Amino acid sequence: MSTEKQVKVALVSCGSEYAGVQGELEKVTSSVNAKLVFPEIDIASLDTIGRDFGIEAASPDLRLMMARAQAVVEGIADVDGVFITSCFRCAEAAIVRNEVRRYINKHSNIPVISYSFTERTTAATLMTRMEALTTIARRKHLLAREKQTGLTAGIDSGSTTTKAVIMRDDKIIGQGWVPTIKVIDSATEAFNRALEEAGVKAEDIQAIGTTGYGRFLVGEHFKAQLVQEEITVNSKGAVYLANKQKGSATVIDIGGMDNKAISVEDGIPGMFTMGGICAGASGRFLDMTAKRLGVDITELGALAVKGMQEKVDMNSYCIVFGIQSLVNSLAKGSRPEDVAAAACHSVVEQIFEQQLQEVDVKEPLILVGGSSLIEGVPKALSSLLKIDVLVPPNSHLIGAVGSALLASGFVEG
Amino acid sequence: MAKVIIYPINSLILSDLVERFGHKPLAMMEKIKEKVNTVGVDSPPLNITAEEPKMGLKYAAVEVPAGVRGRMAIVGPMIDEAEAAIIVNEASMAFGCMGCARTNELTKYLIRQKEIPILEVEYPRSEEEGKEFVYKIAEFLRSLSTEERS
Repeated sequence: MSTEKQVKVALVSCGSEYAGVQGELEKVTSSVNAKLVFPEIDIASLDTIGRDFGIEAASPDLRLMMARAQAVVEGIADVDGVFITSCFRCAEAAIVRNEVRRYINKHSNIPVISYSFTERTTAATLMTRMEALTTIARRKHLLAREKQTGLTAGIDSGSTTTKAVIMRDDKIIGQGWVPTIKVIDSATEAFNRALEEAGVKAEDIQAIGTTGYGRFLVGEHFKAQLVQEEITVNSKGAVYLANKQKGSATVIDIGGMDNKAISVEDGIPGMFTMGGICAGASGRFLDMTAKRLGVDITELGALAVKGMQEKVDMNSYCIVFGIQSLVNSLAKGSRPEDVAAAACHSVVEQIFEQQLQEVDVKEPLILVGGSSLIEGVPKALSSLLKIDVLVPPNSHLIGAVGSALLASGFVEG
Repeated sequence: MAKVIIYPINSLILSDLVERFGHKPLAMMEKIKEKVNTVGVDSPPLNITAEEPKMGLKYAAVEVPAGVRGRMAIVGPMIDEAEAAIIVNEASMAFGCMGCARTNELTKYLIRQKEIPILEVEYPRSEEEGKEFVYKIAEFLRSLSTEERS
């Protein structure tokens, strides 16, 4: 990565310098070979920016934020990416931050991430987001790849499961899916299963890509050519598997621990958010629901489709409260199918409330990740958003497929 | 007849002016009346339930406080519906007031983003300014009728 060009990221904030997090912001940007810059503005514009931009914010630092965004859009500041950030819990900043993000996205092609911080925000929290931002800015040529070539492997070391695929000439020829226990051991097992199914040897693999929580460790172990965060890889894998590589799409990835909503244009992520407060909107919650209902996780979806979520009050904002609601409703005599439906509805409702405001939902809406295999989840999402939800084949393998696809960019070189 | 959204959103004077020129004012009072008169009051006095802040998510992110989103659930659809707008800046409280500065900022911003005829005027502070103020609004409202005819 050190041979690659340093990425200039505009810091569009209302005073992160005062919040005790500036050091962490500098740390995370330098770790991905990027540099934070403050867009230059004309000081006189601060008096008029409220009217010019449209929000007459009371806080002068928020006016500065809008002026900096304007400088980015007008090209006065020459930057490759934008990081918009403000304090968590500031209502005025939440309004301005959201509109500034939309404004930059509408008027430029510069990738943007948005985040609200507390004094406890660390570089590690922001790592995946910043890595994705710089990847989009730096590796657009790689992300533009639409076909897999040669013989490549992809390993997705997720928080709950590890997935591996072997691809040859644009086809999946082997796959492995195992629970994540020890990161390297699980990755080796998934990889070996995929190799066995494909009927090829590890030494024949021309390039390997890794992603997911354990990507660095697994990438180092397998000497991977591509070690990449899951936002760019998963969105690539999703549009590839759904055969929607051209034009707009929205990808929702409900993983084991967290979830992502990504707005994609020609296979390249534009805006994205990562969420999953207290694991309430995650595969883990559905897994626990299945256990409490005494069914296998693979049977939960079919059960949910038969139920009516309206009959059960479920609060899965936090996984603990969610399970509490579940136990209470069963104790009151609710039917298991209604509880299963309520659990699926609760997961998608949280994604809708917490994340989908941050990305502009454009059809097709592609749902991926292990939870997409639980039929009740796409059904609940479709009825909540009132649009068709597309679940591509092998939707649980998107990370591994995206890695194998992008890794093939290293075969020809 | 054009649907004209007014700001301050509950200004009786603006609402009356719009009506006098044959247009339909989009104002808070009517929406609140609808809410209050709905049979089965779940959440008195305004009958705004936990559903409204959720509906307000269309206009403001989840981090924006529930009170702003609850107000936006009422104001937002009026902005969507508007075909013209009159914004009075720095108005006296008695002229009309939403009560929430954040909602006011967002409301004005969303109106300004719409590609519709918008008149922005300052609140008058003298009799002379008052006459000018009414004249400008009257001209604007007349121009909407002319646009419709042409």
